[in-house]
Amino acid sequence: MSVAKTIGMIGHRSINAVWRIGTATRFFFYIMLYSASSFRRFHLIIKELFSTGVMSLIIIIVAGLFVGMVLGLQGYETLKRYGSESALGVMVALGLVRELGPVIAALLFASRAGSAMTAEIGLMKATEQISAMEMMAVNPIARIVAPRFWAGVISMPLLAALFSAVGIFGGYFVGVVQIGVDEGSFWSQMQSAVDFREDIMNGVIKSFVFGTAVTVIALYEGYDAPPTAEGVSGATTRTVVTSSLVILMLDFVLTAMMFGGT
Amino acid sequence: MERATIDLWVGMFVVAGIAALVMLAMKVGNLGTYNVSESYQVHAYFTNIGGLKPKASIKSAGVLVGRVTDISLDTERYQAKVVMSLDKRYQFPKDTFANILTSGLLGEQYIGLMPGGDDQMLKNGEQLKKTQSAIVLEDMIGKFIYNKAEEPAK
Repeated sequence: MSVAKTIGMIGHRSINAVWRIGTATRFFFYIMLYSASSFRRFHLIIKELFSTGVMSLIIIIVAGLFVGMVLGLQGYETLKRYGSESALGVMVALGLVRELGPVIAALLFASRAGSAMTAEIGLMKATEQISAMEMMAVNPIARIVAPRFWAGVISMPLLAALFSAVGIFGGYFVGVVQIGVDEGSFWSQMQSAVDFREDIMNGVIKSFVFGTAVTVIALYEGYDAPPTAEGVSGATTRTVVTSSLVILMLDFVLTAMMFGGT
Repeated sequence: MERATIDLWVGMFVVAGIAALVMLAMKVGNLGTYNVSESYQVHAYFTNIGGLKPKASIKSAGVLVGRVTDISLDTERYQAKVVMSLDKRYQFPKDTFANILTSGLLGEQYIGLMPGGDDQMLKNGEQLKKTQSAIVLEDMIGKFIYNKAEEPAK
């Protein structure tokens, strides 16, 4: 391939990416614009809360339990060397509440609920259900997209909180029940080290931001997918890849803003 | 409005999520144990605060009585000014002694309050006059070497 062609391809890709970001932003503003009408029909949001939130519960709880157990085990092995096993609770709680809870819950959410959203909307588009709605003067963004968006935004912080809570119990189970770290110091050191506003609220804010990002990406990819079987499958893959990367990048930015530089 | 099973599931999900948040706040965080609203502020000057950080705990007889809220350098006397917020429930005499102590050998630093015998109690905005700085390891080693050098050779 000639050099000019390569440069041209890179340029084309970059312009295309910026273009897509622009359209996604416009899409996001449309969602905001039509949110009011979807809040008036709250049963639509309830239905989506069921399929995104409730159906993700099992994977979140099981994953949280195992992540907490691994943290308890690994943390104990490391802390034992310095004779500070009593700080196990602090390590497990801070790790989960600040980072792992929001991030892993968002990654699981992106692959569990985000991909489903993209596939669903992409298929609606491919089978011309969205065009049919427009024909009937029903706004597809208000009817289909906005309820899914709000369901994702509402359920993400709740799922992340559940993940952290279950994970702490997993760490408690391995650390205190199985290995035999002192129960009193496990909880009391955790309580004195974890700050409600600094740590827990920042975790909630993080998961809120991740929830917004994941659902916007998933919905946009679905809405923008080429109306073919191949197009829908490609859009679903892109949802998982893009939202995972965006979650990790946003996590760095938010962490630097919240905890960095003190 | 008709009720569907879906509503029950969503309700359970929301309740579980909020319960997890409350549990995090009360059992994991410090919201249940330490109340910031009922407090009064005092300050103290130290020649060296070592590794003391804002939010470090303030203990008296080992009991948590407050937190360090602000640390700054006073350029008039070139000493560190440490502002502390103490729990209203605990009143201390005016001649209370503030020490910077270390929990464990390498643990975090905190302020220990040793109550004096004054009849008057500390009020909001007042100063703790008697302080003792943090022990800096390098100073101690320096002193030790100096003392060794002073000893007559055998």
